[in-house]
Amino acid sequence: MTSYDVMPATELYQPVNIEDATALAARLGRKGWLLGGGQDTYGWLKDRAKRPDAFIDLTGIDVLKGIRSLPDGGVEIGSMTTITEVAQNPLINEKFTLLSAAAKTVASPQIRNMGTLGGNLCQDTRCWYYRRGLNCYRAGGNICYADSPEGMNREHALFGASRCVAVTPSDTAPALVALEATMLITSASGSRQVAAEDFFVGPATDILNMTALQADEILVSVRIPRKWADATFYHEKVADRNVWDFALVSLCAAFKEDAGQITDARLVAGGVDCVPHRLREVEQAIIGQPRNETTGEAVKVRATSAATTLNYNQFKVPLMQNLVLRALRG
Amino acid sequence: MSTRLSRRRFIKSVIASGVAASATSGWYSAAQANRPAGTTERLISLNINGRTRRVDVLPQETLASTLRYKLGMTGTKIGCNRGECGACTVLIDDVTHYSCSMLTHSVRGRSVTTVEGLQAADGTLHPIQQAFIDELAPQCGYCTPGQIMAAVALLKDNPKPTRDEVRVGLSGNLCRCGAYDHYLSAVLRASGQST
Repeated sequence: MTSYDVMPATELYQPVNIEDATALAARLGRKGWLLGGGQDTYGWLKDRAKRPDAFIDLTGIDVLKGIRSLPDGGVEIGSMTTITEVAQNPLINEKFTLLSAAAKTVASPQIRNMGTLGGNLCQDTRCWYYRRGLNCYRAGGNICYADSPEGMNREHALFGASRCVAVTPSDTAPALVALEATMLITSASGSRQVAAEDFFVGPATDILNMTALQADEILVSVRIPRKWADATFYHEKVADRNVWDFALVSLCAAFKEDAGQITDARLVAGGVDCVPHRLREVEQAIIGQPRNETTGEAVKVRATSAATTLNYNQFKVPLMQNLVLRALRG
Repeated sequence: MSTRLSRRRFIKSVIASGVAASATSGWYSAAQANRPAGTTERLISLNINGRTRRVDVLPQETLASTLRYKLGMTGTKIGCNRGECGACTVLIDDVTHYSCSMLTHSVRGRSVTTVEGLQAADGTLHPIQQAFIDELAPQCGYCTPGQIMAAVALLKDNPKPTRDEVRVGLSGNLCRCGAYDHYLSAVLRASGQST
């Protein structure tokens, strides 16, 4: 399929305040394209796989940038904050190292300098059939090329598939679900808050979109509550290459322990489901257990008890189990 | 030096005359008049290597295209044009960016440094450029401008990096010849840590 070096003619709006941006988003709807760092955008246009009429560049809006501490001891991160800032910020490195560890594994240094947290959360899936502009379910058609007898689906889903078997590419999304973050969303008609777990939607809910954002809505910021600030964290991302690559499987885990026993835990996997995948069975099974190898060996199979493998992604089952084991081994 | 018209000089002269022509054409003014309300101006000023350059930029134009095809600054290479190789790396306010994957309009008011802006006014090479030569770091040389820019940004942040820190610092730049080890040695040499 042909691809081009230049993008087709597209208008560019560069609002400097949030009201102008929401008015533009409301007016343009799906013909407008919200632009953060643009790292998930320009390829779509260069390949002619998606053709918005206009970009709405959000990076000039100062209130969408920066990291602030909240009165309750949590942290608020503006959606246009770069991934590098998230990875290096002292507040996040002090309280929520799970997020900074995940941010450090995003793509390459330059992409982290340009890419924003909002963009990393709202990016589209990397299924190559979809990316190439094929008319699959996710693009509004009625076939899944990846889940076909000859489909190349080594990177695709173990869980939550419904016609589409694509997975979430985001490294920061599982960390924010584990930390029970809240997304602040605004539009010309008002604001709302959505829990991180509900912000990401699977194909059974909405096959055309990866998030709960409507066409006229803008992600303003992410709030992380204090709840997990004193927890111990484990993060690991497994990918074919250490730089640029998306996770085959990643695991973000947070544990609260008391007197040698786990009192509360959140384990969230990336790269195995269209949304960050919570390992609820594992979370429940380890309450009251010590955090060690024995517990890990005993519960790791629960991580994949609901997995449905495709032709080429069976390797993700032991991979996920071993990540759970390593998280519990500590 | 030979007075023969080299390929590089020919291409640069074509680019320079093209800019002059498009900036004064009737087509340009017509496009400007028909611009939808609120969208961006096309004729903008950019701060590149400390100089102000007036350029006519399309709304969807990437910085790499502007540098190479409007301003004739062909030191910045386009490899993959998808943010996957690093050959187009430039510094925006001293931070590395892939110029193929950013809109030129997003760098208004910011300072852009390309590989052409590194040498001193008298033509003396930047210490990192000299170290790359001394270590015979490049093989084919296509990724070298990007590697140099990544190294400049790294040494500004961290003047005495370890070999592993250099490896991370240059990890956003691919080299298909596989000259990575030479690049690492060159950056260490430039930082005064002789290899």
